[in-house]
Order: sequence, then structure tokens, then C-alpha cells
Amino acid sequence: MASRQEHAHPLLEVTGLTKSFLGQRVLDDVRLTLRRGEIHALLGENGAGKSTLIKAVTGVVQRDAGTVRLDGVEITPRDSEEAVKAGIATVYQEVNLLPNLTVAENLFLGRQPTRFGLVRDGVMRRDAAALLRGFGLTIDVGAPLGDYSVAVQHLVAIARAVDMSARVLILDEPTASLDAHEVEILFGIMRQLAGRGIGIIFVTHFLDQVYAISDRMTVLRNGRLVGDRETSTLPRLDLVHMMLGRELSQVTADREPRPIDDAKAPYASFRNFGKRRYLAPFDLALRSGQVVALAGLLGSGRTETARLVFGAERADTGTVEVAGETVRLGSPRDAIGLGFGYCPEERKTEGIIAELSVRENIVLALQARRGWMKPLARTEQDEIARHFIKLLDIRPADPERPIGLLSGGNQQKALLARWLATKPRLLILDEPTRGIDVGAHAEIIRLIRQLCADGLALLVISSEIEEVAIYADEVVVLRDRAHVTTLSGDRITVPAVLSTIAAETQHVT
Amino acid sequence: MTMVSFRLPRTGTPQILAFLTILLADRLVSSQFFDLRLQDGRLFGSLVDVFNRGAPVALLSLGMVLVIATRGIDLSVGAVMAIAGAVAASLVDSHSVPLALAAALGVGLLCGLWNGFLVAVLRIQPIVATLILMVAGRGIAQLITEGRIVTFSSPELAWFGNGSVLGVPAPVAITLGMLLLTLLLVRGTALGVLIEATGANARASELAGIGTTAVTIAAYVWCGLCAAVAGVISAADILGADANNAGLWLELDAILAVVIGGTSLFGGRFSVILAVLGALIIQAMNTGILLSGYRPELNLVVKAVVVIAVLLLQSPRLAGLGYRFNRKRMP
Repeated sequence: MASRQEHAHPLLEVTGLTKSFLGQRVLDDVRLTLRRGEIHALLGENGAGKSTLIKAVTGVVQRDAGTVRLDGVEITPRDSEEAVKAGIATVYQEVNLLPNLTVAENLFLGRQPTRFGLVRDGVMRRDAAALLRGFGLTIDVGAPLGDYSVAVQHLVAIARAVDMSARVLILDEPTASLDAHEVEILFGIMRQLAGRGIGIIFVTHFLDQVYAISDRMTVLRNGRLVGDRETSTLPRLDLVHMMLGRELSQVTADREPRPIDDAKAPYASFRNFGKRRYLAPFDLALRSGQVVALAGLLGSGRTETARLVFGAERADTGTVEVAGETVRLGSPRDAIGLGFGYCPEERKTEGIIAELSVRENIVLALQARRGWMKPLARTEQDEIARHFIKLLDIRPADPERPIGLLSGGNQQKALLARWLATKPRLLILDEPTRGIDVGAHAEIIRLIRQLCADGLALLVISSEIEEVAIYADEVVVLRDRAHVTTLSGDRITVPAVLSTIAAETQHVT
Repeated sequence: MTMVSFRLPRTGTPQILAFLTILLADRLVSSQFFDLRLQDGRLFGSLVDVFNRGAPVALLSLGMVLVIATRGIDLSVGAVMAIAGAVAASLVDSHSVPLALAAALGVGLLCGLWNGFLVAVLRIQPIVATLILMVAGRGIAQLITEGRIVTFSSPELAWFGNGSVLGVPAPVAITLGMLLLTLLLVRGTALGVLIEATGANARASELAGIGTTAVTIAAYVWCGLCAAVAGVISAADILGADANNAGLWLELDAILAVVIGGTSLFGGRFSVILAVLGALIIQAMNTGILLSGYRPELNLVVKAVVVIAVLLLQSPRLAGLGYRFNRKRMP
């Protein structure tokens, strides 16, 4: 697949890379080695540090510590332009070219062939066409880039990057918006480039693609290196374990098995519920006092399920029954009216209102449901805020502090309080323990179990399979934007969940 | 000055200091600045002028502050003033005064509804959406006045410009009334905090169940209404409607007033009272320069200096913005 000439140095060697944002360590002593002609997959869940690693290597963010060596020579690019000059080019998921300029202009932007200061358009087009032919692409290079599909735009971006004498090519989730055929074309070009000795770092979360294309891989979790392995010798299950698992000794599985009561009528049941090009139709029953967990890799459709259930995305097929009656579910307002609540994964952009106080954040959903004409009296607000700050132990216990100044765990608790104040019947928690410190983890899990015991129906999304195994009554496993299997009762064990997630997708890529 | 005491000036210290400083400066250039005379049951004097002349911009800032809090902007308020003035002036002599007033205010509401629809429903960027009415509005006003300056003789309508309530000039009294009404609307109900939430984080607000579309439209509608009131006062002041010049460029003063009042153009937290204080700061400068005998052109430069000064005095807030930008750079 790749030519493995033995050199004294690897092509790219990253060691001890460390980076903190606002006191939070997002990369901790990370190592990455890329050989010549190697296709190297960079893997990890959301927030594992993949993007930051790429940005730190290419100078988009400045690293706090660590070294980057290209061909044995230490480099410290101050921005991506310097990185390109050094020989490291990056193509991001969102192609950062200019759709209103022609393909040729995009390929040669900033380095157009000129004579007497004037751009030689004809020469540029000829060179552009020749360059793209090398990638098996024959298109009109005089047409605006925006006229072409995302796949072509990606190839153009890659062609530009490689032509600018890249020795290392970094592809950040290049396949996210491509169809199977386009992925094949891209892979063909990646192999061809690797054959020329270019090292490729390939960020993805599709395991099938990792096994189809990569020679080696590096797995990150929570900003730390989990390990690097040869793809051919690493079973899928072990890989999933590296991405999601934790050393089992760290977690004592104190699961109390509860018999699942199928006879009990669900509070909310979704039938054939789905949205085209978003999530395949699924059935889901949520019962009071039970926790249904959604497990799967990034992009498998977990958050999509949550958003459909909460009405944040409008389903185009299927029906919803709540408390035995068919209902309309077209917006979050509808969902809240039905007694639903949703703590989203993106806490900062979709959850908290940073500049409002903890009190205002806590009463927000309740106030929205009452309508603007019926304001909660200040004494009532203070009462609710005090109650939940005490109940959930939100620190600091100052209801007037802007919520943006609280730690992640306390913001999460305040968001939980926002929904609990509405006395919900069904609560959706998307990665409730993401980005919060270990101590708060245990507290959130304790809360989940407490809420469940209080009779709430819970739908929880978590990448922490060990935690899920402790509290879930049912685990729905998702893959490729579809619900594939449901595990319940004694079948919920960490190995069982992981192996279900890791199972090969039926279709062949 | 009594306006300040509705809310403890916890956040408004820079603005109050700026206002007092400018008043003192005005006193230095004109020794009669604080002199008050009672004539025909109405107060006169330079200080009264500051409030009286500042009334239109203060009215505009009442609505503008809500729109800016939703992370929007309304460039059309000057044009809406012209339309409302034209409607009132052309109807008042042929119809009853209440009808003319209702029509003028109704047109203001409609204009606000139009802006709100463009911004909240069609999701057009506020600056572009309201630019449409800013340009077209003056044309509409000219169509109503048929290109002339429409004069009227109704003493009832003239009262809005020249009358008084207990010695207080009518424009000041009306502005005070609208200020109280606005406070009642946004702080007496939950609308204020819903506007702040929508402006600070629309996605999170939507997911918390706030009808962000309705909230945004409400802000623009109120802004249109306030502009219409300002338009009626301006028309009453000159006993006629001048479609070309009524409210010209006042949208910029209103935005400036809101910014001086400490409300961020990024939306979120707002203060109605401080926005009005901002309008008074602007007017106190205008009046001072007129009294000093310096050339009025100087006014623009002085205005810029004061804006910089107030912004610097609000530096904790600037630091807060810096924090926000830093966070955005995180992955």
C-alpha cells in the first residue's frame, strides 16, 4: 500500500504536546508519529482533542509545551501559512476555499502565474487542468468552485494543498459529507499520494473507513494519548474499547438489576419516527422510572435521536404517543408542553445563557412555559433558585452570579435544575458528564439514579459505556444514523455494548 | 434626573458621571444654564431644553434598546418618524385628533411588524432588513405629503410639541410616560428577560422553550411604536410634516444613545433607563455647543470624544467582551 523506505527520522514526530484553554487542559503530553507514505487515522470521540492536536501542530493555536519535528527538524509555525510553507497542509471538513472564484483561481490563489504583475489567466487554467487531471478529475476549471459538489471541492482543496509542496497532508473528517462512491474516489487519491511518499493524517469517526484505508492509527481520549497501533493487527472491538472504554478497574460496577416491566405503559412512545437524510425511522418507548441509554460512536445518530424526540428537529415520518394520546411534536415548545426537558451536549452554545445569572437560567424554561405575561415573582424565582442550588449542590451557591463563570459541572447542574423546575416527566440528557471533572461525574450519575427513582423517564446519551452500564435499564445501540439493537436487563454489560457498537456494518464500503 | 432613581445606579455610574460632567461643562460655557423660568405655566431654560430637545432621540432609544438587546438593530426609526408625522399632519385637519393619532401610531406598529417579520421570520440580517424601510420609508412619507411640507392648524396636535403638563413640556412628559410604559412592558412582565436570553443565545433560548420569533417581533414592534410617537412630537413641534428632514439621521443618535447606555451590540443585557440617559448625554452636548457659540460642526467631534470616554469608563464590560472572544477561539 505504501512505500516504507527506512529513514533515520519519521516524517512527522510530535512529542509531549500540551495545550490548555482557560486553565482546562485539552491536550496532555500527546505523541504522534507519522511515517513517509503512511495513511494514519486519528481517532477519538468529541472533545478528545483531535482538532486541537491538528491546530497545535499547524500553528493555528500555539502549544504550551512539546515539540513538532518534520524530517527531524523542529518546526514552530506561527500560523497555518507557515505550516504550509514548512510542508504541512490541512484540508478541513468545511472546505475553506472561495466558492465564488473559479476552480483555477482557487488552486493558485496567492501564487498565480504572473507577467509584468498581471495574472496570466490562460497559463493558470492550463496548469490547473493539468494538475486536476493528475487526480483523475476533468472539470471546467474556469467555472466557479461553488458550482461543483462538495466532493469535487474537497478534491480541489486537496490538489491545492498537495501542489503547494505538502509533505504532510492532514484531512479533517473529509468524508463526512461524501457519498460512498465519492469516498472511494477520495481513497484512491489518498493511496496514490501515499505512494508518492506523502504522509497523510486522516481524522474520521467511521470505523469502516479506518479499516479500509489506514495503515496505522492514533487514538485520543479526553486530551490524552490512549495508544497508537497498526490497523491490520488491531481487532475492531479493541479499537472501540480504546475509544470508549476505560480501565475497568476504575469503575466498580455496582449495578442493581431491576426487572424491566414491559407491561407498564410507556409515558412516551415513538413509532417509526424519523427524518429523511437525518435519522432512519426508529421505535422507542420511554417509561417512567426507567433509563434508556443511547450508545454508539460519534455521528451514529444519538444526538439526532435526542433532537427529534425533543422536537428540535421536525420528524417527517412516524407518530408520537404521550400518556396514551397521539400528540403533535413540532418544536421544543411542544415538547416542553408535553413535559419533556433536554440538556444538550453543546452546553455552551445550546444550553446556558452565559451572561444571565444562575437564577435566571434556572427559571428560564419554567418562565418560557408560563409565557411572558405571567412573570414569576422575584421572591418565587429566588425560592426556586435557592431550592435547586441546595438540592443539586451548585457551587458557588450564589444565584446572582453569571452562569458563564461557573465550572462545567456546575453549569450542567444548573441546566438540570432549569428542567427540574418545570417538573418534567421525561428528561433527555445528552452527554451529561462530558467536560466536567471526575468528582462531578459521580454526582451527576447519582442524580440520574435519583431522578429515575423519583419516577422520571430518562433518555441518556453517553460515551461512557461503563457509566451507562451502571444506570441504564435499556441500551439502544446506534450505527450509521440508525437504531440497530436494543439490549436490556442482564444483557447490558460493557463488553456486550462495546461489541455491538463494534460489529461490522452490513453493507460493504 | 428623577429617572435615574427607578433602579439603583449599580451599573450606570459611568453614564451618570458623564451626564453630570457635561451639565457642569454646559454651566461653564453658559452661566444661565441652570436658570429656570416659569412662563404661561410652562418651564423654560437651557436645562429644560436639554430634556425637551432630547425627547425624540430618547423615545427612539426606548425601542432601539430592546431591538439591540435581541442582537438586532433598527435603521428605519428616522424614516418611521417621518411617516408617522406625515400621517398625523395630513389627517388631523380633516379628521378627528384621536383618529389622526391612532393612524400615526398604527402605522408605526405596522412598520415595526414589517421589520420584525423580515428579521425574525425571513431571517434577513437586521441591518439589511431595516435598511429597506429606512430608504423606502422616506419615500412613503413623501408620497403621503405629496412632496410638500404639510402644515396643520389643530391646536390639540400642536400641544404635543408646545404644550405642558404641570409646567413640564409635553414632549418631556410624554417621553417620561413612554419610559414608564416601556419599563412596565419589559420589567413588569417576563418580556425583558426573554429578550435578554434571546439576544444572548438564541439557540439555547429556543431549546429552553422561548418563542424567540415572537420575542424578536415584539421588540421591533415596540421600536416602531416609539418611533411613531417621536414622529408625532417632531411634527407637532414645527406645526407641519417635513418628509425629507423629520427624524433625519436620528437612528444613528438612538443607536449611539443605547451604546452609551451600556447595552452591547452583541445583544443580551440591556438597560432602558441608561439608554434614555444616553440620549440625554447626547442632547446635553448638542445644547452646550450651541450655547457656547462654537461652530456646530464641532459637535460631531466632541460627540466622538465623549463616546470614547464613556466606553472606556465601562471597561469592565469591555473586558467581559474580551473574555467572550477568547472563549470563541476554543475548539
